[in-house]
Amino acid sequence: MKLLRAILVRLATMSVTLIGAAVVVFFVIRVVPGNPIAMMLPPGASEEDIARLTAHYGLDKTIFQQFGIWLSGVFQGDFGTSISLRQPVMPLVLGRLPATLELAIFALVIAVVIGGALALTGVRHRETRTETAVDVANGVGLSIPDFLWALILIVLFGVLMPIFHISGRISPSLDLPFVTQFYVFESLFRLRFDLWWDLLKHMFMPALALAIPLAAIISQLLKQSLKETMHLDYVTLSRTKGYSENHVILSEALPNAVLPTLTLIGVQFTFLIGGTVIIERLFSYEGLGNMAIDAVINRDLPLIQGIVIVFALLFTIINLVVDMTYALLNPRLRHA
Amino acid sequence: MLDGRGSIKRRLGARLWLSGTWLGIMALLALFAPLISPHDPLAQDLFAGRLPPFWLSGSDPAYLLGTDSLGRDVLSRLIHGAQIAFSVALVAGLATALVGSLLGLLAGYMRGWIDIVISRLVDIWMAFPPVLFAILLIAVLGTGLTSIIIAIVVIDWTRFCRVVRAEAMNQSAMDYVSSAVVAGRPRRDILWREILPNVLPTIVALLTLEMGIAVIVEAILSFVNLSISTDAPTWGGMIAEGRTSIHQAWWVLAFPLAVLFLTVLSFSQFGEGLKDRFDPVLR
Repeated sequence: MKLLRAILVRLATMSVTLIGAAVVVFFVIRVVPGNPIAMMLPPGASEEDIARLTAHYGLDKTIFQQFGIWLSGVFQGDFGTSISLRQPVMPLVLGRLPATLELAIFALVIAVVIGGALALTGVRHRETRTETAVDVANGVGLSIPDFLWALILIVLFGVLMPIFHISGRISPSLDLPFVTQFYVFESLFRLRFDLWWDLLKHMFMPALALAIPLAAIISQLLKQSLKETMHLDYVTLSRTKGYSENHVILSEALPNAVLPTLTLIGVQFTFLIGGTVIIERLFSYEGLGNMAIDAVINRDLPLIQGIVIVFALLFTIINLVVDMTYALLNPRLRHA
Repeated sequence: MLDGRGSIKRRLGARLWLSGTWLGIMALLALFAPLISPHDPLAQDLFAGRLPPFWLSGSDPAYLLGTDSLGRDVLSRLIHGAQIAFSVALVAGLATALVGSLLGLLAGYMRGWIDIVISRLVDIWMAFPPVLFAILLIAVLGTGLTSIIIAIVVIDWTRFCRVVRAEAMNQSAMDYVSSAVVAGRPRRDILWREILPNVLPTIVALLTLEMGIAVIVEAILSFVNLSISTDAPTWGGMIAEGRTSIHQAWWVLAFPLAVLFLTVLSFSQFGEGLKDRFDPVLR
């Protein structure tokens, strides 16, 4: 019962946050100087044309009326029409969202693998030079943001040793049989491993750039929790029973040390998704973030609003899922 | 035990010294940029375009780190870039610290409806992807140094607010605050004279981290061409320029990238080092 109430409270605060975000972005972008309508008409358009198009996009009404119209549309799933692309916003945004989600999930997987491996190596060889090396790697990984890692990867693996693709989502020469935008999942589903491999080769560099800072955070926290767990009595007991050090770390210490790291991964995942905006730009990856930057440069107000709301919704959903998983996994909270 | 602690202390000391030295050098370059830089950072020499750095054949000793595609001196642009980066870091960092800490102190100490309003605002702010928010704000405010600084403050005040709020709440629960309350001192007095001095070390450490973030934000905005004018010698602008000619002249990208990397790393390590130095447990 308490859990249900907590979830309801969370849902209520979530909607306040989302509406707040909508208000902030709506009013902020309407202060933009520069008329989006003038940008979409050819030079020499008559005053009358401008006025007609302004009315068509509802830009002649007061800002509060515009907000009311937009908000009532949003509740019906209608986010308006993109000014620069002249298509409804929602299908555009939903068409790009899968590319961004696939990139973010791939990055998360890489981060967990690298971070987990580093933490386990550091604990297995604790109090040695290996642990110091892991600490230094964590420190550097944490200090440098994804934007710089992306540039470094472009120089290293795009130019000096051109091994990976540094531009686009898939090779343009390939024939695409896809019906959904989830290319990676769909290529697996269709057993088209050639396409799947091409997608991964394109995604690897941007995903790695996004993953490095998160990998460092995971490694640091997991290593610390593991080291604390290694001093507990039950771990010592299993060691005296004669289990190998690897078995003790993986089967005894890890399950008990992993909970704080899981929560942290959830929170940090939203930061990672936020990072896709600039990373997609750097790697010309056809995702939501890349579209967002174009939308801002083109002053495409309805599209900007749609994208920001989708991002905000994504962030709040992830936070909610993290909190609920934590409550389910942690027995102290489950029975409270 | 004693030895272990000694080595940790030495390592922390080395970290502070190394990062501090790099930041000091950069700050001096920034301060005396017009005196030090060998060329005018904007002067173009189309006959000397894409000259390599001094150790490669075909270089010109007048241009130590080579030139970009318009024949502008990379070293001079780096030095003047330091001036822009450090101005943004200092002003934006301090302003962000001021706004965020003030709101954090109020929320953490006053609690009640002030805390509810501020915390809700922080939640709303955290729902925006920061880079998108920054680009959006620059589109609204127009390009220019002032806009960048305002954008950084508007986006990043939450970083200070959250930490300072938590810290102020911790401090408020301590005995010295309770005894000040019992002694009948006014709340405002307790906030400024008791709580603030104890939260200050945290704020200073965060400020150093924030300066590194400000440098990155400026670079990202120059990179997407939304910073100050495109010729201005910003590190981000140099990186954007260098990326387009990466196969012909790698040094135009590599030098600003390396300088940016070391500067951001130093700000972060300096901040972390300060945090540990202030930490009473480690001390």
